[in-house]
Amino acid sequence: MSRTITIRAMKYNPQSKLSKAHFAEYKLEETDGMTLFIALTKIRETMDADLSFDFVCRAGICGSCGMMVNGKPALACRTLTKNFPDGVLQLMPMPAFKLIKDLSVDTGNWMNGMSKRVESWIHTNHKPDISKLEAPMEPKLADETFELDRCIECGICVAACGTKLMRPNFIGAVGLNRVARFAMDPHDERTDEDFYELVGDDDGIFGCMSLVACEDNCPKHLPLQSKIAYMRRKLVALR
Amino acid sequence: MSDLLEGFLGTSVEGKKSRVPAKLDYFQSATGLFLGLFMWGHMFFVSTILISKDFMYTITKMFEGSFLFKEPQSWIVSAMVFFVFVIFIVHAMLGMRKLPINFRQYQAYKTHAGMMKHDDTTMWLTQAFTGFAMFFLGSAHLLMMMVQADTIGPYGSSMRMYGDVMWPFYLLLLLAVEFHGGIGLYRLCVKWGWFEGPDAKVSRKKLKQVKWLITGFFLALGLLTLAAYVKIGYEYSNGLVDKYKPTAQIEVTYDVKVRA
Ligand code: HEM
Ligand code: SF4
Ligand code: FES
Repeated sequence: MSRTITIRAMKYNPQSKLSKAHFAEYKLEETDGMTLFIALTKIRETMDADLSFDFVCRAGICGSCGMMVNGKPALACRTLTKNFPDGVLQLMPMPAFKLIKDLSVDTGNWMNGMSKRVESWIHTNHKPDISKLEAPMEPKLADETFELDRCIECGICVAACGTKLMRPNFIGAVGLNRVARFAMDPHDERTDEDFYELVGDDDGIFGCMSLVACEDNCPKHLPLQSKIAYMRRKLVALR
Repeated sequence: MSDLLEGFLGTSVEGKKSRVPAKLDYFQSATGLFLGLFMWGHMFFVSTILISKDFMYTITKMFEGSFLFKEPQSWIVSAMVFFVFVIFIVHAMLGMRKLPINFRQYQAYKTHAGMMKHDDTTMWLTQAFTGFAMFFLGSAHLLMMMVQADTIGPYGSSMRMYGDVMWPFYLLLLLAVEFHGGIGLYRLCVKWGWFEGPDAKVSRKKLKQVKWLITGFFLALGLLTLAAYVKIGYEYSNGLVDKYKPTAQIEVTYDVKVRA
């Protein structure tokens, strides 16, 4: 019992002077277990070779395929069309990122900038000897730290954030989560004072308005709400 | 000198970030918490009119120092209102930093909230609108109470509502305070991780339920209280009842007569 679904995708090429933003509508037969990735690929192959969107892994791992599905940011490769009872899916590119074309946005350069901004690497004074085992860590702490490493940099938390849309310099949940990850890691010798220098302002932790759309939409279910609160408590307590 | 250089650079001369944003964030929450909890207490005192005029009168006089002084000292109430006013102004000043300040910010947020249909995102719009409304409603109320603290009481307050037709104003203020304060206290818990428990998703759901219960309760209590003052004001204005005299005072008068 297959049905016809409607995909309405925003089309716009900001590079072209002729291009005008509009929605293009495509109707197609739904197949078993159809994801948005499958649907979009079919559209591109059979209906509109010009439609741009991004995919790599098709399995919720690479974080390339974030887009606004009926107003909410989601990974297209993990979105099943059967979960939309009326069979209509309106697609828009994620806001907050540079629009490349149609549904394709540049999350990569933004994430790169974010990583540099929060210095997303272990800072330590001693030279690690890679022939030896790394200093052991409490298993519980290790679990908690590596849990935060599950972030795939999809940008969904950024696109979900009303604060970020009003204030483009806001670092977003992904950046604050990254800071929390290194703040928890005993291998990193940075102090809270050091982290304050990275995110201790209104573009960082104090800019967050606790809207928690990041928490509610993160496809990896990272504990963003509680890690942001954790960093906020830590950094507000500094003298 | 260092102020000049720091102001110019945006960092200290050593290149360090200012601690002021941390303090501002802290005081935004501290003043919000104070005001939110104060409003709970305030509502209980105001709603004593639902029990009786005498009870409301006794509470009013208690705040005017009836337990220390023979004569009512309304300046005590004025002083308390002044203190709340200061906190209120500080909170408004800090809250202002978060409001959208140009059309694009407003447009972007509004569109986003409309698309996302995400509770906490939409509730922030409510908080921003009600916060903005309170710049005026809250200030007017606080100023009125500060300069006319002596008129608070079963008669004066009722006449303010009905005789001076202030009830539409108070209806708006009630809605603004209850929505803003309720959402604000909920957001405080989320913001600082209070009552988070082992699972933040579960506890936030519960917090939101509690938040709506509390908002519902105070809205109901507030509306009943407002109605009570309007009704009493109507009765006074149309000569249906005598001007309020505390029951205890009437007894004293009676005693005097007997002795004479
Ligand atoms: C002129 C009056 C007021 C304005 C302009 C105002 C504005 C704001 C704004 C914009 C926020 C959000 C802050 C954020 O998103 O980080 C906020 C938070 C809050 N407000 Fe108000 N507000 C006012 C009066 C009040 C009153 C009377 C109460 C008490 C019922 C109150 C209680 C709170 C609470 C508890 C918070 C949460 C604090 C936080 O997020 O840190 N506010 N206010
Ligand atoms: S925190 Fe979650 S939503 Fe944000 S980029 Fe990482 S995986 Fe995506
Ligand atoms: S294509 Fe890799 S996450 Fe969707």
